[in-house]
Parts: sequence; C-alpha cells; structure tokens
Amino acid sequence: MILILLIVVPFLAGLLAWAFGKKASFARWISLVGLAIDTLLVAILWFGAGNSNDVWLRSVNFAWIPQFGISFHLALDGLGLVLIALSVFLGIISVAVSWTEIQDRVGFFHFNLLTVVAGIIGVFMALDLILFYFFWEIMLVPMYFLIAIWGHENRLYAAVKFFLFTQIGSLFMLFAMVGLAFIHYQSTGLFTFDYFKLLGTPLTPRISLLLALGFLGAFAVKLPIFLLHTWLPDAHTEAPTAGSVILAGLLLKTGAYGIIRFVLPLFPGASIDLAPVAMLFGVLGIIYGAAMAFAQTDLKRLVAYSSVSHLGFVLIGIFAFNELALQGTVLQMVAHGVSTGALFVLVGMIQERIHTRDMGQMGGFWGKAPVLAGFAMLFALASLGLPGTANFAGEFLILAGVYPVSVKTTAFAAAGLVFSAVYCLWMMYKVFFGPSSKETLPDLSLRELSIVFISAVVIIWIGVHPQPILNKTAAVMKNTQSNMAAAHHENTLETRFVLNKLIR
Amino acid sequence: MPAPPFEYGLIVAGILFGIGAVGLLVRKNIIFMLMSIEIMLNSAALAFIVAGSRWGKADGQVMFIFILTMAAAELAVGLALVLQLYNTFRSLDSDIPSRMRG
Amino acid sequence: MFKLIWLVPALPLFGFLFLTVLGSRLSKPAISYIGAGSVGLSALVTAAIAYSFITSPPDDYRIAFIFADWMNVAGFNPKFGIYLDALAVVMIVVITFVGFLIHVYSTEYMGDDDGYARFFAYMNLFMSSMLILVLADNLLFLYLGWEGVGLSSYLLIGFWYTDPENDKAAIKAFLVTRVGDAAFAVGLFLLFFHLGTLNIQEILLNAPQVWAMGSFVATAAALLLLVGAVGKSAQLPLQVWLPDAMAGPTPVSALIHAATMVTAGVYLIARMNGLYILAPIAQSFVAYIGMFTLLLAGFSAIVQTDLKRALAYSTISQIGYMFLALGVDAWSGALFHFANHAFFKALLFLAAGAIINSVHHEQDMLKMGGLRKQIPLVFWVFLIGASALAALPFITNGFYSKDLILWHAWASPKGNVLLWAGGIIGAVLTGLYAYRMVFLVFFGEAKIVTDYKPGPAISIPLVILAFFSIFSGFIQMPEVLGQTQLFTEFTHTALPVSRILSGHTTEAVLIIIASAASLIGLYIAYKAYIKDPQLAVNLLKTSPGSALNNFFFHGWGFDFVYYTFIVDPFTHLARAGKNDVIDYFYQGIAYVMRKANYLFGEIQTGNIRNYAMGLIFGALLTVAALVFS
Repeated sequence: MILILLIVVPFLAGLLAWAFGKKASFARWISLVGLAIDTLLVAILWFGAGNSNDVWLRSVNFAWIPQFGISFHLALDGLGLVLIALSVFLGIISVAVSWTEIQDRVGFFHFNLLTVVAGIIGVFMALDLILFYFFWEIMLVPMYFLIAIWGHENRLYAAVKFFLFTQIGSLFMLFAMVGLAFIHYQSTGLFTFDYFKLLGTPLTPRISLLLALGFLGAFAVKLPIFLLHTWLPDAHTEAPTAGSVILAGLLLKTGAYGIIRFVLPLFPGASIDLAPVAMLFGVLGIIYGAAMAFAQTDLKRLVAYSSVSHLGFVLIGIFAFNELALQGTVLQMVAHGVSTGALFVLVGMIQERIHTRDMGQMGGFWGKAPVLAGFAMLFALASLGLPGTANFAGEFLILAGVYPVSVKTTAFAAAGLVFSAVYCLWMMYKVFFGPSSKETLPDLSLRELSIVFISAVVIIWIGVHPQPILNKTAAVMKNTQSNMAAAHHENTLETRFVLNKLIR
Repeated sequence: MPAPPFEYGLIVAGILFGIGAVGLLVRKNIIFMLMSIEIMLNSAALAFIVAGSRWGKADGQVMFIFILTMAAAELAVGLALVLQLYNTFRSLDSDIPSRMRG
Repeated sequence: MFKLIWLVPALPLFGFLFLTVLGSRLSKPAISYIGAGSVGLSALVTAAIAYSFITSPPDDYRIAFIFADWMNVAGFNPKFGIYLDALAVVMIVVITFVGFLIHVYSTEYMGDDDGYARFFAYMNLFMSSMLILVLADNLLFLYLGWEGVGLSSYLLIGFWYTDPENDKAAIKAFLVTRVGDAAFAVGLFLLFFHLGTLNIQEILLNAPQVWAMGSFVATAAALLLLVGAVGKSAQLPLQVWLPDAMAGPTPVSALIHAATMVTAGVYLIARMNGLYILAPIAQSFVAYIGMFTLLLAGFSAIVQTDLKRALAYSTISQIGYMFLALGVDAWSGALFHFANHAFFKALLFLAAGAIINSVHHEQDMLKMGGLRKQIPLVFWVFLIGASALAALPFITNGFYSKDLILWHAWASPKGNVLLWAGGIIGAVLTGLYAYRMVFLVFFGEAKIVTDYKPGPAISIPLVILAFFSIFSGFIQMPEVLGQTQLFTEFTHTALPVSRILSGHTTEAVLIIIASAASLIGLYIAYKAYIKDPQLAVNLLKTSPGSALNNFFFHGWGFDFVYYTFIVDPFTHLARAGKNDVIDYFYQGIAYVMRKANYLFGEIQTGNIRNYAMGLIFGALLTVAALVFS
C-alpha cells in the first residue's frame, strides 16, 4: 500500500497545486508538503526494511487488464529504494529552486513537476512491463511541457527534440515488450507482461539479441549513450533549472535502472554479447562528453555535456556484470544526481542574477560571491571525482570492477578522469577566477544556501561513508552478479563471436 | 440481330473515356469539366454493360445502376459547388479558385 | 600515546573547516592562531609521538590503527587506518615541523592580504591531506591524501586568482599531476585485482608470493605507481608544472612545491619498496628518471633569471637525486635527502620571500644585487641554505645526504658508473646555480635600495631552519668519517638495508670527488659572477650560447612539445567540434524532412486541372506498369 502512496501522494499534490495555483505560494507549499510526506514514506521504507538479505522489500500486485495479462504490479528492492530516495530529494530541491525563478503559471508548473516525479517513482517500482511503459510515458509528457513552457530562448526546438528522441526509443521498447510476451505465450501458453513470469523465457540468441536491442533503444536514449546523446545538451540547457535538475538527476537514471532491471535479467546472453560494444560506447561517451564540455561557452551546456561523460561510467559499470562495478554505478548515479543537480542549481542562480549563461561575460565571481563560488568549487571537484566525494567512490568502484573484465576500457576511462578535470577547472576559471567582470552578483540567500548546503553534505557524507547505500543495494547486485555469471557459462553464441570480431 | 463483338463496345468505351479525360484536362470552364467527368463515368458504365453481356451476368447492369446513382449524387453536389463558386468569384474559370495550395 | 596519532591530520582539518566556515568573520589574530596554531598543535603531538616512538618503540617498530570502514563491497574493504613506522615518523616530523615554521612565517608574510583566512584554510587543508598521505595504511586512503594535496596545491597556486596567469599555472599543475594520478589509479585497480587488497602492508607481504621476481604484472604495477609519483614529484617527463607553480605565494612554494608535497612521489616509492624490488626494471627506471631529471633541471636552473623559478628547477633537480637514490636501493638515503632538502629548500624559499619583499616584489635576479649589507640576516641564512643545496663539504646537511646517495649510486649492486657520473655532474651544476643565486642577489653593485626589516615571525623561522640546514646532517655520517649513523639505524626498521659492494678506500675517494664537484661549481660561479661578470654576458652574446640559454631557459622545450602536440590539437579539435558533430546527423534528418515537406507542398498548387492531370497520368502509368510487367 505504501508503494502506491509513494506515487499517488506527489501526483495528488500536483493536482492540488494546479487546482489552487492562482496563489503561487500555495502551489509551492503544497508541492513541498507532498514531497515531505513522500520523504516520510521513503524513511519508513528505508529504516523499516529490516532484514536486508531479501531482495524484494515490499510488493503490490493486482490484476489490471487481465485479458492481456497486464497487472498492476509494483515491487521495491534496494536499488529502487535508493533511486526513489534520490527522486524525492531532487524533487524537493527542484521545488525549492523554482521558488523565485518560476513566476508564470505556477500551479501548472508544479503539477508537471510533481507528475514527472511521480512517474519516475513509478518507473522505479513497476514490475509489469506495460505498467512500466505507462510510467515511462507519464514522465515524458510533463517533462515536455516543463521544457516547452518554462524553458529558455530555444525551448520549443529542445522540447520537440527531447520528445522525438525519447519517444522513438520507447517505441522500440514497446515492440520488444510485446514481442517478448508473444514468445512467452508461444512457449508456455500464458500471455503475461509480468516481470517475474517473463524471466527465463527461452529465447534463441538472435531473438534475444533483437529484443535486448529493443529495450536498449529506450534506455540508451535516456542514459544517454554516445551517438544518441544529442538531445541532452539542448534539453538540459533550455529547460528551467528545476527541469534540468530532474532531467540530469533522475531521467537519465531511469535508463541505467532499466538496463539493470530489465535488460540484464531478461536477456543475460544478449547482454554478455553486447558488453564489448557497451564498453566501447561508454568509453567514447566519457571522453567525447568531457571534450565537448570543455569546448562549450554556454555554462549550462558545459554542465549538460558533463552528464554524458559521467553516465559513460555508469554504462561501463553495468556491463562489467560484477558486484563491485554495479555497486559503483549505484553510487555514481546518486553522486551524479546530487552533484550535477547542484551544479545546475548554481548555474540557475547565476543566470537569475546576471541574465546570461555565456561564460565569456563571467569571471572573477569569487570575489563577489565567495559562498556561491565555494560551493561551485566543491561540486566541480565532486564532478572531477575528488576522493572524499561520492563521485570518487562511484567511479573508483566502477573502474575497480571493470578492470578484471577489460583493462583497455579501464585505462581509457581513467584517462577520462584527466579530461573531466580539464572541463571542471576550465569552468571554475572562466566563471569564478580571472579578472572581475562588470556584473554585480549578490551572494546566496538563505533559501539558496540551504539548497546547496544540503547537497554538499550529501555528497561528502556519501563520499566518506557510502556503506548505508551500498548495504541497501548489496542483495540486488549480488543477485545480478550471480545471474550474469550463470549465464556466462551457457553463453557460447555465434553472435558473440561476430560482435567480438567487430570490436577487437 | 447478332450482338456486335464486345471488343467494339470496349473500344467505344475507351474512346469515350479518352474524350472525357482530354476534355477534363483542356477545359477551363467548370461546367464543361463536370460534363467531361460525366462522359468518363458513362464510358466506365458502358464498359460494365459490355462486360456483363459478354459473360451473360446481371452484375454489369447492377454496376451501371450504381454508377448512375453515384453520378446523379455527384452532379448534385458538384453543381451546388459550382453555383457557390460562381457566386463567390463571378466566374466559371477553374483556375481562379486556386488559393488552397501547399 | 600512539592512539593520539589521529589528531595529527585531524587538527589541521579542523582548522580548515573552521576557517572555511567562519573565516570571513574572524579577526586577523584569531585567524593566525587557528591557522598556525592547529599546525603547531599537530607538530606538538607529532613530537610527542616521535619521542615515544624512539624511546619506547612499539613491537617491531610499527603500529597500525583502524578507525573506521570506508566501504565494504564484494571483498573491497578499504579502511580509514593509520600505519606508523619509522618512515612515517620521519615524514610527519619533517612535515609538521617545517609546516609549522612556514605557517608562522606566513602570519607576517601574508599579513596584508585580503584573502588571509582563505590562505590559512587552504594551507591547513594541505597539511591535513599531506599527513593523511604519509600516514594512510592503505593505498586508497593514501590516494585521498594524494588528491587532497593536489587540490590544495591547485588552490594555492591560483590563490591570487584575479591574474589569469596564476589560474593557468594552477590548472596546469593540477592537470599534469592528474595525468600521473590516473595512471596511479589504474595501478591501484591492478593491485587490487591481483592481490585482493589495497592495504600497503598486505600488498608488500603478498606480492612476492603471487609474483615472481621481475614478473610482467609486478613491473606494470610498479611502473604505473611510478607514473603517479613522477607527476606529483615533477620528474621527467611531467616536470613542466613545477616552475609555473611558482605563481603561488612564496610560503606556498616553500611548503608545497619544495619541502613536502613534491616529495610525495618519493614517499610513495619508498613506501612500496617491496614492489620495486620485485620489479628491477621499474626500479632502474626510477634511477634513470632521477638522473636525467637532475641533469636537465640543473641545466635549466643555471640560466633562470627569476629567483623563484631558479629555486623551482633546483627542487626538481634535488628530487631527481631522491629518485636516483630510490633506484639504487638507497631507500634511507632518499629519505635523508628528503628531510635535509625540506629544511634547506624551505629556508631558501622563505628567504627568497623576504628578499622579494625587500625589493618591492621584484623577482628578477638580474635586477637585484648588493643586498648583502642591506638585509644581512637574510643574506646569512640564504648563504647557509645555498651552501646546503650545493652540498658544501662537511659543514652542511646537504653534503651528507647527497654523499650517501652518490655512494650508493656507485657501490650498490643496482648502481653503476653512469648513474654516479650523472650525480657528480649534477653536483657541479648544483654548486654553480646555488652560488649564482647568492652572487647575483647579494653581491655586486646594489641596484635597489631597501630599508626592509623582517619581523620576528619571518626571521625566527629562518634562523631555526638555517640551524637545521647545518646540523641535521651530523646525525648520519659516511662510515669513513665517523660512526654516527643515527638516521639509517632508525629508518632501517622500516626500509630495506641495501647491499654495498665497495670498500672504505673507494668511499673516501668518492667523498673527495663529490666535495670537489661542489667546490668546482662554487668556483665557476665565483669566476663568472664575481670575478669576471662579463664572462657570462659575453657567452650569451655568441649564437650557440644564446641558443643554449634559450633552450635551457624554457625547460628543454617540453612545454613547447606538449602544447604543440597535445594541448593545442585538443583545444582546437574540441573548439572546432563545439556544436557536436554527431548532432549534424540528426539535424540532417530534420533538414531532409523539412525539405521533403516543402517539396511535396509544392505539388499542392490549388489548381484543379493539375490534380486531374496528376490523376490521369498516374492512372496511365499504373495501367502501363500492369500491362508491361
């Protein structure tokens, strides 16, 4: 029941905010209260989880459209819990950061914002494929509105681009879902979209690869992987600050989550086949994203491209298939969500003050707003993976896990550490150091200070003490590792041979 | 009287259709264009009759009735449109109402 | 007593946190007390620990503490733990002691700066990270300190951030060392994968059992760590950042870029000595890198005109000696030279700071001169420092440590004549550039008049450091000169003892040669800068002379090569692809769609007869296709 509440509460709060949105502060407060209730629910789940050896903490399952074998099946495991906690946290940050930035159609804005959050929470719990698809689409449409209505100069272009990319990707996923259900029906006579029932459906290698690619179609766009990433800089840059936070912090994570939850368990053989390709794309993403970030003159775009780089680490971590790397991806996801979210928040604050994102017009802000600059430095350092921040813990675990699988990947990804330092320091230099520009720049207000301060505490806390999170996800990741290891033995496929030939 | 060979009928139908098509293309007056369409329709109807008599089936004549009905309906709508066009443009030139373009 | 060891890095960390949060609201004296006081307390704790370590040593001269788990994932279980042995004790004593003196010096030197609190916050952060680096019991915790010192170095080089040159130097320092750090990180993955742990003692214990002598993996591991060490310690080919790092305030140059941080690489290799013994190829790499670096930097040091840059090159050169020592099994020798170098190089930099203050922030030595009479105290301590740097025989600490290294370079089974000769040539160069600085700055005609008088916070640290620059050498004598070998006796509880193949006669001869080398350097400097100042000037006028001067001056063209082949291509490529080449593909799709839309829109003329024509021709074509197919 608590799982349904987790989704319903933010959605209802959003509806209320829209209905009574005439008075802006009411909409803001109602959103905050809704998310606060959600925080409470997450806390209940987190601390009341008890024995962490069970993979699944809670579940809800009842028939929805039984004719088609579709059920309303929600279940929560450690991975989902961690990501939901992140969603609620970033949801609150988003509401807080929009407090002064959004002045137009406030009620509708909060409705969209909270619906996205509700959809994302649903994605992290849905265990029926169609239900998953339903939530997947729910988070898409309000996001489109967030960009298209409250975005910056080029918002329509960015919104349409975002929508087209993700929608085409989702289409492939839908095909693959239906295909999988039909194959399952043919072999067992049971037509169902239930995750557990579909696990272990016997598939020929070719079909398995095709279906896996179908699912990856949606997840790879969201993640995003190299070559499919070009919607991201536009969408992130043009979105309002809250939209960027949600996009970078949460929407990208749904891609990674989808791969861990669906692609690996449903198609273990195909995943192993695809691993070398995924590693290649991951490394290309890391380096290309970092180089692109360095080249940008638009501050927000720089931060956006850094996401491409960071999510490359997540991709190689997932496809290493071992607990070390998978746990690393969890930390990396949380760390990226909080640190990049905070960077977007800071960029938003700068833009609110000087009305531009052009780094050519910035400089010397350290002297004018030392608190803002200090926090920017902290998050930039987190972004470049300084030990003691959560990002370091994530990246280090990922690379330590990838090393046994592929030394080459590890080496190139480690080179990515240098490139990430390039753009982070370049950003600090262009914005905060150097000769002072003419703009006046008031330092942080109390509201802004508390937003970034909490983010900073989280980043450092996880950096030096990641164990609480790692404990939550340990059971899931152990399970994934052993499943993949079992599949590894069975996997002697021609496709693998072909793919390896392509890569090596 | 022996029936003429059905090829003759088809040829006549084809010629009629050609006349109608050419008329449709070369005429600018909407009334004439409508008449050309009628000719084409009737040529098709003739072809059905001929084919029906060739196979000794009533289907051809059934189709003829259909076409006749359709032609009447079409003409009714067509003439109404022509009247409207004439009211609007004070002309029957088909090139004048050409504002609906891509 | 030893339990208190956590306070050593923690006190400066508290100082950092306190100054970061409240720095802007505190008065200057309060900032001084917190900034320097935290380091002073840390030094006191260190002194107490060192005292009890020597008088009542723990079992086997080593003791480990574990304070908390960092993380625990699938057998990967690094901890926040401290490992204390003779090596760590020497390091923390030198770091906290020299660090404290430099903090005291800074209270006066930085007294007028707007960023006073910020400065001490960064300095405290540095102290904390550096102490973590040398105390960590596992490589991941060490890596935390390692990156922490890199960060504070970056922050302090760019301390005066309004000047873009300083910021660029800071970025350069961070990036160049980061290249080494990335390799270091890969080394950690390798070690963890093969040995299943990152605990240093366990690695040293397990490595010989897992790897055979000279095995490929062991060599790879040692080389990867070496790249990290080379980056941090500014050795070939990653030495380019250190001369530029002089953009930072002078106390920073003294503390970070001379006395402590840049020797982190030396510490790392000394700490992982077992690994390098397993990988002789990697170890000989260490020796040759050291030798080539010390020569290259020595040649660059003799042509610098900027006082601080000259000192920076001398630092690179002296760390080259330490690497040479590590490469020839002179583990204790490297450590001894580190300690002595920390004293005299900190002294030189702090004195240089006083000089620069006295001549109104002029750093060009050619514009100074004759300062001997005007700032006598600074002259004397600088002279002592330079003599120690030049290893003036018998009376300076630099002589004893350098001699220990050269002796091993000759007599150790891993040493050879080439390494030794490189060291001797380096010694001549060292004598030359050390006294060149003294003669250019303090002798000759006075070009700038000054009435500068260093206050007690500057002069007392200078005097203390000068004292140690002489007397710290006497605790470790060559065997032919005396039986005082306190230092190596102590460090041999933590570091391997090296084999020596030659006898006392050879040692005596080598000591004479080394002494002569240093005196030759002194003589050349005297000849060229006092006796016949035109000599150097005339030499520069010849075209090979000026070409060589230029070549050395710019650090043997390393910067040029890196900029031409790495930095510029990367920058230009990235800038050229700024709009994301890949997006052109998607924009292309969108473009084609839009064009197609327009094209098909053109067909819609609005003219009925056109449509009819299209219909009929379409019908004809269909019929034709059916008939002729």
